[in-house]
Amino acid sequence: MDYAIIVLLQVVVTIANLALISAGLAVIFGMMRIINMAHGEFLMLGGYAALVSHQAGLNLWLSIFVVAPLVVGLVGAVIERLVIRRLYGRMIDTMLATWGVSLALVGLITVIFGNTVAGVSPPLGSLEIGAYAIGRYELLVAGVSALLFAAGWWVLARTPVGLIARAAMQNRDMAAALGVDPARVYAATFVTGAAISGLAGALIAPIAGVAPTIGAAYIAKTFITVISGGAAILAGTLSAAGLLGAVNAAFSFLTGPVLGEVALLACAVLLLRLLPQGVTGRFFRRSL
Amino acid sequence: MTAFNRRTLLKTAAAGAALGLAPAYIRGASAADAIQIAGIHDASGGIDIYGRPMINCLTLAVEELNARGGVLGREIALKNYDPQSNMQLYTQYATEAATKQKAAVAFGGVISASREAMRPALRRYRVPYFYSLLYEGGVCDRNVFCMGSTPAQTLQKFTPFAMKRFNAKTIYVLAADYNYGQITAKWIKKFATENGGDVAQADFFPLDVNDFGPTIRKIQAAKPDMIMSVLVGAAHNSFYRQWVASGMKDKIPMASTTFGIGNEQALTSPEEHDGIIVSYAYFDGIQTPENLDFITRYKARFGAKADAVTEGAAMTYHAVNLWAEAAKKAGSVERDKVIAALETGLSFTGPAGKTTIDAATHHDTLDVYIAEVKGGAYHVLESFPQQTPADTAAVCDLTKNPNETKQFVIDVKV
Repeated sequence: MDYAIIVLLQVVVTIANLALISAGLAVIFGMMRIINMAHGEFLMLGGYAALVSHQAGLNLWLSIFVVAPLVVGLVGAVIERLVIRRLYGRMIDTMLATWGVSLALVGLITVIFGNTVAGVSPPLGSLEIGAYAIGRYELLVAGVSALLFAAGWWVLARTPVGLIARAAMQNRDMAAALGVDPARVYAATFVTGAAISGLAGALIAPIAGVAPTIGAAYIAKTFITVISGGAAILAGTLSAAGLLGAVNAAFSFLTGPVLGEVALLACAVLLLRLLPQGVTGRFFRRSL
Repeated sequence: MTAFNRRTLLKTAAAGAALGLAPAYIRGASAADAIQIAGIHDASGGIDIYGRPMINCLTLAVEELNARGGVLGREIALKNYDPQSNMQLYTQYATEAATKQKAAVAFGGVISASREAMRPALRRYRVPYFYSLLYEGGVCDRNVFCMGSTPAQTLQKFTPFAMKRFNAKTIYVLAADYNYGQITAKWIKKFATENGGDVAQADFFPLDVNDFGPTIRKIQAAKPDMIMSVLVGAAHNSFYRQWVASGMKDKIPMASTTFGIGNEQALTSPEEHDGIIVSYAYFDGIQTPENLDFITRYKARFGAKADAVTEGAAMTYHAVNLWAEAAKKAGSVERDKVIAALETGLSFTGPAGKTTIDAATHHDTLDVYIAEVKGGAYHVLESFPQQTPADTAAVCDLTKNPNETKQFVIDVKV
């Protein structure tokens, strides 16, 4: 019984992790159709922002929840202004441009911090369940992930800001005709996506550690999750993360981490063969 | 705008060519009397934690030899290559060191995969090669000298020691997924069974895995008496963090065959590493006059904050000195003469004690220590002087078969 609970918690943590690191990409790629190859680097920057500010003496929670999103949001604003703004609607071009941005960011961070791994111990200790235990911090990350998606839904569905954002993404010209400045909406949305990635990167940093090249470990997984999710960014990302995360965790338990990753990829291939439009191409079609 | 006519173009080109050639002439002049040697270690990338102190010790050893007048009256010119933890670059740099730099000897290789990438190239170009990190044993190649400890030298004593200390019967092995991890896991199983215990399970992880959540849950279910970590590289380092975060620290004790060879004690907090026991042929805390003196020189050269000296680093220092001794003895830096001189059973006493080259295996007899990590430092619990490379000796005899070139995967009977 205790073991069942701990396995269940581990599966939830794996799913939440996948959803969390994909959330920023869901906004930037899912909503804005920008193939952001620098997504992994946004996560990496978030990790460094939190780590560096914490090592400079700042409270760890402030570093993670305030500094990291702010820093990466700011970086996102600069990149949007310099690069992305010129490329809206040119999907393949955004891929090339953001790939360049990704290489530049990896290079920049390597020059500043060196190509080494840094880390900070996860705080909070562990939660005991019978003979088993799981890190409280990992559960907290799962909780934050859930909150993030709930907040995302609320903003998109219940606030004028969300309505305007959705409208501008769906029909730019009509939104402009109704008095919305699409350029500003696009910029704000990109910055929001970057900030969410920064927060996600900071949250996973104590668990995984940070290195300049760590983005590469996440980029494929996050794209697979968002693409498998389909058109509805929140429901899609969540359902795809749920499916892929569960498969990954289950196979990791049964065999090992290698086959866990293989199973995740195989599952995504199968999913896209059966549902080419992603999960939300067939199910939850009217959701967000 | 300046008009670019043919004359100015030719002038610029000529000046450029002269400039480009000048350093080549200067290099040519000094290269005639300096002995070229190559160092090929990862100074960046995921495996740099092992490479950096090795590069320091290589540099220090060469500088000291040069300060004493070089080898055979000639200065030693060291060139360091950084393969950036990329196995392809190892082959490329080994070839470059042999053909372009014309190195008389090469020191380097960090993980076993990098050694196996370089070994054929260096043998083809007849450049003697010293590999200084501890590894799984079995390399049988007259062109190569393996300076680090192998499982028969460490694990044979270490496994029963750990089992006794932790009162353990079942061991859960976590290992890196390449030849070192796979073979070491077999050795652990062998020595554990011989001592009345068993390996409950062995899990293997590619070098880029950094999420150990499901594995830690599996360990909790398997309830082993102790953990043996054969994890390698920077990504695997997050295991020690996640282990503590899962509250496992005081529940299941841990021993490791790799913790510390990349100075992990400096990358983890005392909370994460206190109590882990390890076994190597060198610790920077060894209290011998040679080592105390060596550490003083090392810190004077690289600063108090430099990467601590590891087994691989200390053995690199030994390797350079052994090579220099051999060159002196042979009166030449020519490959065959140096190897013949080393095969006379040459030994060097340095920071890691006395190391003696074994002619039959091209490994060395060395002192082995078992230590506990505490507060970022190693406290030696026990020492085993002059351990012979019995594992490799069981399969390899270069005096009988000098043309052998392979790495034997030692058949570990369990």
